[in-house]
Amino acid sequence: MLAAARWLIYRDLLLAMRRRGDVATALLFFLIVASLFPLGVGAEPNLLRAIAPGVIWVAALLSSMLSLGRLFAADHADGTLEQILLGAAPIGIVALAKGFAHWLVSGLPLVAIAPVIALQYDLPSSLYGVLALSLLLGTPILSLVGAIGAALTLGLRGGGVLLSLLVLPLYVPVLIMGAGSVEMAGAGLDPGGQLLLLGALLVFTAAFAPWAIAAALRISVE
Amino acid sequence: MTTAIRWFWFASPHTFFPVAGTIARWCAVAAAVFAVAGLYVGFFVAPTDAQQGEAYRIIFIHVPAAWMSMFIYLVMAFWAAVGFAFNTRLSGMMSSALAPTGALFTFIALWTGSLWGKPTWGTYWVWDARLTSELILLFLYLGFMALKAAIDDPRRADRAGAVLAIVGAVNIPIIYYSVQWWNTLHQGASVSFTKAPSMAAAMFAGMILMALAFWMYSIAVALMRLRCIIKERE
Repeated sequence: MLAAARWLIYRDLLLAMRRRGDVATALLFFLIVASLFPLGVGAEPNLLRAIAPGVIWVAALLSSMLSLGRLFAADHADGTLEQILLGAAPIGIVALAKGFAHWLVSGLPLVAIAPVIALQYDLPSSLYGVLALSLLLGTPILSLVGAIGAALTLGLRGGGVLLSLLVLPLYVPVLIMGAGSVEMAGAGLDPGGQLLLLGALLVFTAAFAPWAIAAALRISVE
Repeated sequence: MTTAIRWFWFASPHTFFPVAGTIARWCAVAAAVFAVAGLYVGFFVAPTDAQQGEAYRIIFIHVPAAWMSMFIYLVMAFWAAVGFAFNTRLSGMMSSALAPTGALFTFIALWTGSLWGKPTWGTYWVWDARLTSELILLFLYLGFMALKAAIDDPRRADRAGAVLAIVGAVNIPIIYYSVQWWNTLHQGASVSFTKAPSMAAAMFAGMILMALAFWMYSIAVALMRLRCIIKERE
């Protein structure tokens, strides 16, 4: 069971390494979206500092969602997904492993790159830790919840736009708690409560989302 | 044994089709009666509010619509889950039939809310916790309908919609509370609901009558839509 999960994660990472362009595109998208906001709202430092947590989180949401379409599509197209589902490994474990691999490729780099954007937005350096921690706790939720949508829209026409319609409303709590924790820390309050809630949501999602992903995959493949 | 069979007797679209027609007809009549009574009480019997003047009368539409918008999502998710668990065709059709009505009531609640907000709060829209979660509920309805519309095979559409409806129903409390916390964080932007003076009995009666009218209307319309879906599919 664990061997299957390890193998799946290794395989997805290997595939991502072979197609580095895809990973880089999502990261570049994150950077570009975050750079567009100052051009739109003006370069007033106080304003930028105030909107920075929200902008970084919205950019992370969008860039995580952008790479969701590829989560199952290639495996579905060449029949690998069917073989994985026919295999002995529980589909829930498969779903969890796929979600985790997606997070390693699309979420973890955002955690590393977010302080650079925070720098651009003149966020005080004392907040970088909270920002990175909130992204570290929040982006796996995005990958797992997104995987439900990706599995449901597998092979449908207009899958990309439909996926965003399904997934973005479900991302709302993560956005609120993630950006909220940074804002609270910025206001001199203790961000611990928001971060703990985010952690609780992560545990909850990691426990239940694999079921939903597994059910959705079975529906899409049958 | 016989009771077990009776549970599923009406789960067959063919046996339920005529029953749905009868129930829908009676509910439509009841909806009209309750609506006339509710609007009469609302416009002519209920007193003018001391603080909000005549503008408050929109609550006779607004509050029942908001109730129905949330309740219908739960009913829809319930039928979707039943269909997913027992593989009954009718349950999936039922959830499809309920979704547009739920979305309509969500929209009405948002619309009448903003019409009420303009004279009372001075603005059509505030990022209040209730308004925001109602807006997200509308997005959930639209996502559910869009997913069903995108899948050609009705059985697959029902099952996929069921997964989404259940995930959405689990998420609704999380979304609601997170929006509320977010709202308290952004205290400056919010307008608190003014503490309403204890409601006059006539106002309450009008609201309940309208809520009953909306209930009956929802059942009638959902069952009529269900009959269309049965005819289309079977």
